[in-house]
Amino acid sequence: MSSVSRILATPQGVVFLTALLFALVLSLLNPAFFTPATLIDLLRNSLVTGIFALGVMMVLASGGIDVSCTAIGAFAMYATMKIILGIDFDMPIIGYFLLSAAIGAGLGLLNGILIGGLGLPTLIVTLGTLSLYRGALLTFLGTTYITAVPRKVITFARSVLVRMENAVGQMVSLPYSFLVLLFVAIGVAVLMNFTMFGRKIYAIGGSEEAAARIGIRIRRVKVLIYVIAGAIAGLAGMTHLTLSRMANPFDLVGMELNVIAAVVLGGARITGGHGTVVGTLLGVFVITMINTTLLMAGVPSYWQKFVIGCLIVVGTGLPILIDRFARHRERISRPIGA
Amino acid sequence: MATSQDNEGRVLEMRSIRKAYGPVRVLENVDLTLDRGEVRCLAGENGSGKSTLIKILSGVVTADAGSVSFAGRTLGADPVAAIDAGLSVIYQDFSLFPNLTVWENISFLSAVNRGDFVHRRLSRRGRAIETLKRMQVEIDPDMPVELLPVASKQLVAIARALANDARVIVMDEPTTALTRSEVAHLMEIVGALKKDGVAFLFVSHKIEEVFAVCDSITVLRDGRVVVEGPIGEFDSARLVEAMTGRSIDSQRLPREDMAEQTPFLVARGLGRRGEYADVDLELRPGEIVSVVGLLGSGRTELALSLFGYLAPDAGVLEVAGRPVSFRGQNDAMDAGIAYVPEDRLTEGLFLSQPIRDNIVVSTLDKNTRGFAINAKGLTQRAAAAVKRLRIKTPGVMPAVATLSGGNQQRVVLARWMERSPKLMILNGPTVGVDVGSKREIHELLVSLSRSGTAVMVVTDDISEAIALSDRILVMVRGRITGSFDARSVDEETLYEEVIKEDRA
Repeated sequence: MSSVSRILATPQGVVFLTALLFALVLSLLNPAFFTPATLIDLLRNSLVTGIFALGVMMVLASGGIDVSCTAIGAFAMYATMKIILGIDFDMPIIGYFLLSAAIGAGLGLLNGILIGGLGLPTLIVTLGTLSLYRGALLTFLGTTYITAVPRKVITFARSVLVRMENAVGQMVSLPYSFLVLLFVAIGVAVLMNFTMFGRKIYAIGGSEEAAARIGIRIRRVKVLIYVIAGAIAGLAGMTHLTLSRMANPFDLVGMELNVIAAVVLGGARITGGHGTVVGTLLGVFVITMINTTLLMAGVPSYWQKFVIGCLIVVGTGLPILIDRFARHRERISRPIGA
Repeated sequence: MATSQDNEGRVLEMRSIRKAYGPVRVLENVDLTLDRGEVRCLAGENGSGKSTLIKILSGVVTADAGSVSFAGRTLGADPVAAIDAGLSVIYQDFSLFPNLTVWENISFLSAVNRGDFVHRRLSRRGRAIETLKRMQVEIDPDMPVELLPVASKQLVAIARALANDARVIVMDEPTTALTRSEVAHLMEIVGALKKDGVAFLFVSHKIEEVFAVCDSITVLRDGRVVVEGPIGEFDSARLVEAMTGRSIDSQRLPREDMAEQTPFLVARGLGRRGEYADVDLELRPGEIVSVVGLLGSGRTELALSLFGYLAPDAGVLEVAGRPVSFRGQNDAMDAGIAYVPEDRLTEGLFLSQPIRDNIVVSTLDKNTRGFAINAKGLTQRAAAAVKRLRIKTPGVMPAVATLSGGNQQRVVLARWMERSPKLMILNGPTVGVDVGSKREIHELLVSLSRSGTAVMVVTDDISEAIALSDRILVMVRGRITGSFDARSVDEETLYEEVIKEDRA
């Protein structure tokens, strides 16, 4: 294989090349593109998708899929706000995040029990719970926007790590919630690479039967995966709340396919066994970049969907075609009966 | 080496193992022992109960009666306890993780077994490299397993067992996918490990390998141990006889001789790069032709090409005297060809659907008027087929899953016979079918052929080929290497021919 086709043989390769191409074209059209301000803006816009994506990456690596993550995030965020406003208890902002993560973990536990415990198909279960959690949220918790969020949230949202002016004179800033993404990314990376639990996730994704045969307790691992993914979704929901400075129960749901697309473009395979933190963040970043820059360039927003659609089809399809061609070549060159 | 009376070095003891699936008895009073450093061959035909015995040994399946003990310790059916006791099973598919590296695969079993929490990269990688070195094998430890050739995967599976300090290694047909020199290398490694006291249970059909590497033999037939003893008491003729037995299934079925007819299908120089080459074939009405070969000999690819599922890239194919080129299996079906696949459970049947629907699904248009299907007609047709093929069922509406293997296979046959094919290709028609049903399926096929259908059977079961066929073709490494008249050939000759590997 030539070096170009080797790069194009992985989704990350396709995504990375597309990103480079995109950045190149944009910076030619608009020299102001390559500034730290743009980078910060992109980072800020990738926060929520990025946190969701890390949880979904764990699920994909185990050979499952989770479309309910955004519903978990919305439920956890809104329920947290309701509880805090209801009991009027003073706690530091980290407590908000922990509460939201705990609620998310609880919802993830239900996914885990249905998928790991009862062995039901993951797409069906999470499609069901997506609707279930969202329905429960709107039916039992409420449909009103909560704009009167506690002062702590506003203070947290206003404290920024970096702030600067972009080319057109607007202020862009990187809020503290970037640390949440950082924390989750490091946490997931450590979990996946330095604990046996993480390696068992990859093993199950590689071959569930082989994993069972060497004595990995598959049910237990699976339940835990969905609990952790739920907790991460809870953190994503809370992050979204601090960024928008209100709790809108209609938010988040609808972006799950974008999240999954980012994870797949980042190299996780829908068939399981693959996926890295760096690849996932790259996938998220590219999708955000396309969305944001097209918007900046004044391209109508439905073009974003079109471009991302193309990227998904090419990014996942091209590696498969290249692989098939390589297999065909291999068969042709193989001596008979070898 | 320890004799069978010596209990000191006994590492494995299975006593009076019994197992039945529903009414079918799979294992009956099976005893099996292994001493330190012993290599025992577990021989037997397909369906003799070998795989069930291994599953019981590894704790995946619970025996109905009997006990399994490792080094004197009796274990229940618990896979984790069996691994902990030093058992490693190397399955035919190796059960490795294709997405992980060689070193991680090697060290995974022991890490899981020890209950590690932290993934110790450096020490695990080091240990894996050490294990490979001990085996004197050169494989890049950082390569993902999916990129390795089959022989290396086999070695990685062995290394994984060793890294977990395995005392008993079960190898399920370890050489089917290996070349001759790879087999020789594997045998060297087995020999060296044996000196370290590792005991092997070696499941194999290949007679020469059995004699090259094993110390003792246990032969299973129809779920019973028919003979057991040190290798010195056997020669290849006795072993083959013990495995196949002179039971009903090895006798040739009586049949009337047919006058030779013009061929229905002719292949000349047919080939598909990397799979088979130069295949000449004539299939005639009223004749049963068997293609006998090992796994990976190209037999299945050839059959699938005749059915239009794979495209040959050399040679010509003629059907009824006219050259054809099938674009897919629909073309082949239109030409009157039927194909019964190797794995009826995943490829051949809709298990949860009624018997009736399974039988009539490929011939629905027979009972269709306009857009409406006449359900009564379907039921009548299915009932007639059930009667004709003697399928044992209370009716035509129970799900196929409720039937035994032999009866399921008859349902597949019934479906294709409804189409009145001119050529019926069957891949492994009696795999997983008990002896009695096997005989009846063979009788069915003979009568089908005598009524003017061309029949081709693809199999690795030599006694089946002799019992069933008129003509036997042997396929070795993608080429037809021999053609025999089934009336005069004996099993030993065929066996020799089938396992012959490096023919020019």
